[in-house]
Amino acid sequence: MQTNDLINALKADAATRAMPLGRVWWIAIAAATLAAVIAFFLLIGPRPDIGQAAHTGRFLFKFIGTLTLTISLLRALSRPGAAITRAAYWLVLAPALVGAAVIAELFVVPAGQWRVVWWGTNVYVCLTFIPLIGLVPLAVMLAALRHGAPSRPGLAGAVAGLLAGGIAATVYAAHCTDDSPLFVATWYSIAIAGLVALGTILGRRVARW
Amino acid sequence: MNGRDENELAMLLRAAIAGDEKAYAAFLGRTAAIVRGFARRKIVQGGVDPEDVVQETLLAIHTKRHTWITDAPVLPWIYAIARFKLIDAFRKRGRRVEIEIGDIAETHAQPESETVSDREISRVLNGLAPGQRSVVAAISIEGRSIVETAETFGMTETAVRVALHRGLRAIAKKFGRS
Repeated sequence: MQTNDLINALKADAATRAMPLGRVWWIAIAAATLAAVIAFFLLIGPRPDIGQAAHTGRFLFKFIGTLTLTISLLRALSRPGAAITRAAYWLVLAPALVGAAVIAELFVVPAGQWRVVWWGTNVYVCLTFIPLIGLVPLAVMLAALRHGAPSRPGLAGAVAGLLAGGIAATVYAAHCTDDSPLFVATWYSIAIAGLVALGTILGRRVARW
Repeated sequence: MNGRDENELAMLLRAAIAGDEKAYAAFLGRTAAIVRGFARRKIVQGGVDPEDVVQETLLAIHTKRHTWITDAPVLPWIYAIARFKLIDAFRKRGRRVEIEIGDIAETHAQPESETVSDREISRVLNGLAPGQRSVVAAISIEGRSIVETAETFGMTETAVRVALHRGLRAIAKKFGRS
């Protein structure tokens, strides 16, 4: 088959339309969030004092800010030729915020208590349930990536894992009673990193086109 | 020249997305020439047929045209797809290459004509389900219209369109996976 023959066939298929990528991402984000919330209530549920845990509210707010940045990067990664460096720079904001919170915590908490708040009481729960809650969101993100055309499937998969991990961690935060930034910076990060690694591996396999 | 290319190609692709087949054919023809020039310059050590890269790129552009934002520049989008398909072609043959983005600036559309040889796409086409294969072959190689194809095979026009669409998607998918 010569190239002009191929063009004949493509031309005849001009009328077919796929769903616009922008809409696909909105659906994916809504579905991923819903899946995370459902998994959360099925698996663990909120902490008993959720009503008065004002700290959680502040905490959620920060997370949601960062998630928005991740979403814009992921969307850019799914379009060939889209500029991603600017969106990528903004991601530094999340570690910077956490870093600042950690430093503040080190000043507030006496040195003798550092180890206690760092280890907290929920380490294994955190390391188990953040990845578990994030599994379906990750699958949803990867499906959206397949609909797009990521020119770096591995990187796109990694960012999908980061976003899924972010959503899972946000939801999980409503269960976790360890609010210390020392705890969050360490264990949440490790849990999210697991999803990032999984996303990278799966992205290379499934988001190829 | 790049600026004019950009505007005309963007206009053609917008018309194509609105369903204009003629504009789509013109867009694909000019894109093929651009990608052909790009692939020939990049493939210096042989092993990969530039025309295979052209065809894979056109198929990818077709199945992924919803990823173009209609008011964004179209040339960077085309080159990003072509580069991905070129790297993929090398990867399949067990090589790793890095293609610098800077090279795109000096790339112009030169009407380079294709060489005739056996194409990878023909092999993929032969691997399709018989129904899809005969419809795709009739419309592409034999150059028939949807209506003619429907008459030849005693199918409805809708069935021909569906078979063509699925066949093209299957071909694009096989290129992406193999």
